[in-house]
Amino acid sequence: MIEYKENKEIIARRIARIFKTGEVVNLGIGLPTLVGNFVPGDVTVILQSENGLIGLGPAPEAGKADKDLTNAGAMPVTILPGGAFFDSATSFSIIRGGHVDYTVLGVLEVDQEGNLANYKIPGKMVPGMGGAMDLTTGSRVVIAATTHLEKSGTSKLKHRCSLPLTAANEVNIVVTDVGYFEVLGGRFHLAEYFPPYTPEWIVEHTAADIVVRQDCKAWPAEDGCA
Amino acid sequence: MIQKPLVSAAEAAAMIKPGDVVQVGGFLDCGSPDGIISEIVALKDKAPGRLCLVCNDSGVYDESKGRASSIAPLIKAKLAAKIIVSHIGTNPETQRQMNAGETEVVLVPQGTLAERVRAAGAGLGGILTPTGLGTEVETGKQKLTVGNKVYLLEEALPGDVAIIKAKKADKAGNLVYSKTARNFNPLMATACKLVIAEVEELVEIGQIDPDQVHTPSIFVDYLVLSGGAK
Repeated sequence: MIEYKENKEIIARRIARIFKTGEVVNLGIGLPTLVGNFVPGDVTVILQSENGLIGLGPAPEAGKADKDLTNAGAMPVTILPGGAFFDSATSFSIIRGGHVDYTVLGVLEVDQEGNLANYKIPGKMVPGMGGAMDLTTGSRVVIAATTHLEKSGTSKLKHRCSLPLTAANEVNIVVTDVGYFEVLGGRFHLAEYFPPYTPEWIVEHTAADIVVRQDCKAWPAEDGCA
Repeated sequence: MIQKPLVSAAEAAAMIKPGDVVQVGGFLDCGSPDGIISEIVALKDKAPGRLCLVCNDSGVYDESKGRASSIAPLIKAKLAAKIIVSHIGTNPETQRQMNAGETEVVLVPQGTLAERVRAAGAGLGGILTPTGLGTEVETGKQKLTVGNKVYLLEEALPGDVAIIKAKKADKAGNLVYSKTARNFNPLMATACKLVIAEVEELVEIGQIDPDQVHTPSIFVDYLVLSGGAK
């Protein structure tokens, strides 16, 4: 009997292993921001922030915050040597123009057609889409980062999103705290499962069609290699 | 070079007329003309009222902490009839007014908002973008096919007044922005009939290297010095 326990860190750790040196990455607010903490030391990615910079660095030391230097969530940040600032039109030329390799977003719902909903619960909560629609349209690869189940136990992965869409057929990869999925041909394809969860458990606890790939494997590998 | 008039934030606020479309620079807490905004609110009964505000977001508003940034004070003072923004998630008061039917909120994808403002300043009727296809954003909009790709026609978004924020100006009105406080400011400077720039530092003409100017002086009508009287 496997009991589900929310684990945001494993989601961030797994996504951080996707990138290669030199790739341009935009991390959304919340869970996706955690990904930046786990990029391996031998990989150098270029972080883009839609409010107008590339070369996003870590949070400043205490007392060193600059009121003119924030990320897209209004948190004080730093810029790395070689970074650059630009206006919002240039920022979205980078994003929409196909110059961002990966965008990582949080979701309210994601479905097997690659649809993603994260900006509006009609009548309840309407934060707005911000830059998310442009990011999902323009990035080479769209990664949805989400806990597998809601607190109520409901699957965040769906056959079909019921909320207003942020992106139609744009999601390529979904990483939850139970596994790594690719979205292909209207199905979630389970590429990796994160023990103690098993492919059987995942299929049973997901409200969507899942193909367990023939080469589906455990991550991290049992020999400890991530 | 012709000098631009230096006015107080209160004088700048008084230039805004009822019903104006006012574009306000800034991204959440960063890069808004806060001095002019507080003087608009301070006009109280004489305030222009029922404005259409265009901004990236509706600011950060947290009543318990007394925190209100960007256009949040204008929204709290109920000076907006309509708000055109990409994000309202950090201002519960905007959501309340929207749900109560007090204020109309139009949500626009951030990149589309930037391009609609840029188009207005560049003499374009609009732009073609794939952003929003297959979502509620496409409702009521024309679709055009170029090559084999489908795009939404998004119309230019001009304004009556831009209130923007820069780090530094020379007396001719050339502007230099600071870091991520740049955001929508240079775009809005091109898109409005009247452009008022609030700046932290004012220098003599010739003291900004022409190669370092972000917004050329011809776009700017009035200057306001942050935190200072005239």
